[in-house]
Amino acid sequence: MAISEINLRMAAVPIREVRLGSVTGFEGSAEELLCRSRCGLKDKTRSFSQCVGCATSKAACMVTLVQDGAVISHGPVGCSSCLHEFAFTYRVNSPLRGVEKPTQRKIYSTNLDEADTVYGGGQKLEKAIQEVFDRARPNVIFILTTCASAIIGDDVESVCDESEERLGIPVVNIPCEGFRSTVWTTGFDAGYHGIARKLIKPARKRSDNVINVINFWGSDIFSEWFAAFGAKPNYITPYSTVESLTWSSEAVASVQACPTLGSYLGAALEQEFGVPEIKTAPPYGIAQTDRWFRALGAILHKEQAAEDLIAEKKTKYLPKIAALREKLQGKTAYVTAGAAHGHALLSVLRELGMKVKGAAIFHHDPIYDNGNEENDLLTQGVKDYGDVPHFNVCNKQEFELVNTLNRLRPDILLARHGGMTLWGAKLGIPSLLIGDEHFGMGYEGLVRYGEEILEAINNDEFVKNLEKHAVNPYTKWWMSQTPTAFLGGGGR
Amino acid sequence: MSGIIEQERYTCAIGALQSVVAIPKAVPILHSGPGCGDMISGFFERSTGYAGGSTSPCTNFSEREVVFGGIERLREIIENTYKVLDTDLQVILTGCTAGIVGDDVDALAEEFREKGKPIVSVETAGFKCNNFEAHSLVVNAVIDQYVWQYEDENPIRSEKNTVNLLASLPYQDPFWKGNLREYKRLLAGLGLRAHVLFGPESGGVAEWQRIPRANFNILVSPWHGKPIAEHLSMIYGQPYTHFSHIPIGANETERFLRQTLVFAIRQGAQINEAAAESFIKREREAYYEEIDNLATFLLEFRYGLPNHVHILHDAGYVTGLVKFLLHEVGIVPKEQFIVDNTPAELWRQIETELKSVSNKRRISVTFEPDAGKAQNIIRGLSHNGRGLIIGSGWDKELAKEKGYDFLSAAVPTPYRLVMTTNYVGFSGGLRVIEDIYDTVLSTYQ
Repeated sequence: MAISEINLRMAAVPIREVRLGSVTGFEGSAEELLCRSRCGLKDKTRSFSQCVGCATSKAACMVTLVQDGAVISHGPVGCSSCLHEFAFTYRVNSPLRGVEKPTQRKIYSTNLDEADTVYGGGQKLEKAIQEVFDRARPNVIFILTTCASAIIGDDVESVCDESEERLGIPVVNIPCEGFRSTVWTTGFDAGYHGIARKLIKPARKRSDNVINVINFWGSDIFSEWFAAFGAKPNYITPYSTVESLTWSSEAVASVQACPTLGSYLGAALEQEFGVPEIKTAPPYGIAQTDRWFRALGAILHKEQAAEDLIAEKKTKYLPKIAALREKLQGKTAYVTAGAAHGHALLSVLRELGMKVKGAAIFHHDPIYDNGNEENDLLTQGVKDYGDVPHFNVCNKQEFELVNTLNRLRPDILLARHGGMTLWGAKLGIPSLLIGDEHFGMGYEGLVRYGEEILEAINNDEFVKNLEKHAVNPYTKWWMSQTPTAFLGGGGR
Repeated sequence: MSGIIEQERYTCAIGALQSVVAIPKAVPILHSGPGCGDMISGFFERSTGYAGGSTSPCTNFSEREVVFGGIERLREIIENTYKVLDTDLQVILTGCTAGIVGDDVDALAEEFREKGKPIVSVETAGFKCNNFEAHSLVVNAVIDQYVWQYEDENPIRSEKNTVNLLASLPYQDPFWKGNLREYKRLLAGLGLRAHVLFGPESGGVAEWQRIPRANFNILVSPWHGKPIAEHLSMIYGQPYTHFSHIPIGANETERFLRQTLVFAIRQGAQINEAAAESFIKREREAYYEEIDNLATFLLEFRYGLPNHVHILHDAGYVTGLVKFLLHEVGIVPKEQFIVDNTPAELWRQIETELKSVSNKRRISVTFEPDAGKAQNIIRGLSHNGRGLIIGSGWDKELAKEKGYDFLSAAVPTPYRLVMTTNYVGFSGGLRVIEDIYDTVLSTYQ
C-alpha cells in the first residue's frame, strides 16, 4: 500500500479510502484481514444499512474543544445539532486537563435554508464569520462544511481566506461533509488537516521535554509516565489553545493515544514540522507496553529510564495482573468498537487470559499515515496473542452485531461508542463501555480493566432482568441468517 | 434570510424522524447522508425508541449517490428493511443530499404501497424547515399516504366523543410522553376519548387508522401542528379547537378543559356535564390541597428562594410557564425568550397573550432562535433578588455565571433525565413546583 505524502497545500484532506485504502466491510479473521491489508484489501458494501456517523461530528470533536476557538457549521441547523454533547464533555472533563474555569463552547450554525441552496451560502458564511468574531472574540474560527454546502458548491476556502485577512485571526476551512467518505474517521483527519495548515507554525526551537499527545479527552495518565523521563505532555487537540497548537511543532516527539484518531496529525507533525512520532502502537497489553516505553526511552535518549520504569511498574502490577488472570481465565468476550481502540481492547482481554469470540470493528485502515506497521495494534496483537476469529469490519451496523451476539453469546460484551451495549444487555450479556480511552493503557490499565470486567460479569442481575422484558425489533428470519448475509451485496 | 444560530434549541427537518420513532412499531427509513440520524439522536439523546437511533435503516449517501442518484440504493434498503425489521409502518425521510439530487422518493414509496406495504415518504431535507414544521409534514404524509387506505372501515366523524389530539411534539417536548398521557386522562374525565397518536398511550398504527372517526380535533400549540389541524379539517371536515399554549397548573388546565367542553358540546358530543364538572372540581381541589400545604414554605422560607425567572423555551412553554409561575407559584416572570423560530406573523398574538397575564406588569418577550444572542441579553440584565433560569442544557452555564438557580426543561439537555414526567395539567403544575424547589433546595449543603 503506497502512502501518499501529507500535502498541506490542498484545502481538503484526501479521504481515508483513497489515502489509506480503508474499508468498512470485511468478514473473516484478524490474520486474514492483516494478510489482505498487505496485498490489496477490497471493500465490501452492504445491501442493507443503518444510520452511521459522519465526518462532520468527528472533525467537530477535535476543534470544538480547542479552548479559545469558535466553530461554525456551514449548513442547515441539523448538521451541528449534536455538538452540544461536546460542550458537556468540555465542562465535565476540564479538571482532567487542569482547566479550572471551562468557558462556554462557541458553537454556531449558518442555518442554511432553501433559498441558500439556490443562491449559494457564501455571503451568509462571510457574515456569520464576522458576527461570530464580534460576539465571541475567539483566537480561531473553524468552519465545518456539510453535505448541503458542499453540493451547492460554496467556495468556503475563499471566504475563509478573505475573512482571515480582514479579521487577523485564522479562519480555518474544514471540508468534512458526510457524503465524501464512507469512513467517518476521515473527519478527524479533516480537522487535523485544517489545524496543520492554518495553525501550526514552523518550530522556533526544539523542546527537549514536551511530548505531543494526540488524544480525545481521557484521563491524564501521561503526566506521570512522562515525568519518569523528565518530560511532560502537550495534549492536543482537545483542551489545547491556539498557542499550544501553534507550537506543537516544537515538541520533542508525538505519541498517539489512538492511531485511528491521530494517524494524520502525527504524520503531518513529523513530515511537515519535523516532530518525530513514536512509531509504536499505544501501550495496551504487557508486551506492547514494554515496547512503547522502550520506544519512548529511545526517542528521548533515556533508555535506562525506560527500563527502570518498566521494572518498577512490573514489580507493582504483574502480581495483580496474574491474580486477575486467574479469575478471568476461560471467560469469553466479544468486542465492538472503532478500529484502533477495538484492537486495544482485544489485547487487553487476551492479556487478561480471556478468550475472544470475535469482534465487530467499525472500519479498518490497512496502514496508517506514517506507513509504519508497528503503529498497528492489530498487527502487534496478533503477533503477541494469536489470531482473532470472527473478526468483522462492521461499519457500526447494529443488525449484524445483534445477530452475531445472539449466536456467540460471550460472557461479556466490550463496546465503545454509544448504543451498542444495549444489545448485549437485551440479550442478557453483561456489557461494558468505558469511555476513557486511556483507562486500559499500561500495566496498571490491565488491572483497572480486569477489575471492571470482573465486576460487570459478576453484577449481571440488571441485564438478566432486562433480557426477560427486552423488546426486539429484529425479525426471526434475520436472527436465523448468517450475520454477514447482506455483506458483499449493495449497489455501490 | 435566516440568520446564524448559536446554541441550537431545535434541529432541522429530518429531526421529525422522532415523530415516527414515537409511533409504536413504526420505523423511519432515512434517505440521507451518513450522520443525519446520528446528529438527531445526539440532539435528543436517549431517543432510540423501538427502531430509531442506530436501528433506523439509512442509505448513508456517498459520493456515488450524490453523482448518480440514490434511488436504487434506497429500493434495496427498503426491500431488506422488510426482511430485517418487524415494523407496522415505514416512513421514508429524505435528507439534504436526496433533496438536492432530486431522487423521486414518492414514486418509489408508491411502488411499495402498490405491493401492499404500509409505507410513506416525506421530504425533510434539512434546509427546507426545522423539525417543528417538519412534524406536520410527517403527520400529514402519514394521513395522506397511509390513513386514507382505511377510511372505509373508519367512517368520517362517526364517533361523537372521539377526538384527535395534536399537542406535544415527540422528543422536542421533553415531557411529551407524560404530557400526552395526562391530556388523555384529563379528556377522559370530560367523557372524551382521545387519539394521542404517539407514545405508549396511543394504540399504534391501529389508532392512526381510526383518525377519520374523530368528531373533532384539539390543537394545543402556539403554531406548530396547525397544518395538521387544517389538513384534517379540509379532508375530513373535522373542526378543531385551538388552545395556544401548554396548560400548566390549575388556572390554565381548567381553562383548557372548559374550552374543550364547550366545543365538544357544540360539536354534538354526548357529554355528561355534571360529571365533567365534578371531575374538574376534584382535580382542582386535590391541586389546591397541595398548594395550600406549600404556601407556608413559599412565603416563609428564610434562606432564599427565587423571586424572578427568565425562560428560554418554545412559545407554548414560555406562555404556559409564565402564566403558571406568576399566578400559582409567585415567581415573577421577567424578560422571556422564545427560541423556537416562531413565525413573525404570530409574534403580536403571543405578545398580546403575555400582556394579558397580568394588568400590573408588562412581560417582555424576545423571539430569537439564535439562543446565544438571547443569552447575551440575559447577561446584561439585572433584577433584585434571587433569579431562576428555565431552559435547555445550554443555559446551565449561563445560570452559573449569573448565580441563578437553573431548571433544565428543554432540549437539548445532558443535565436531566425525563422519562414519563408530565408538566401538563394540574399534576404537571405540581411537578414543575417540585422540580424548581428541588433544584433550589439542593443548593443548600
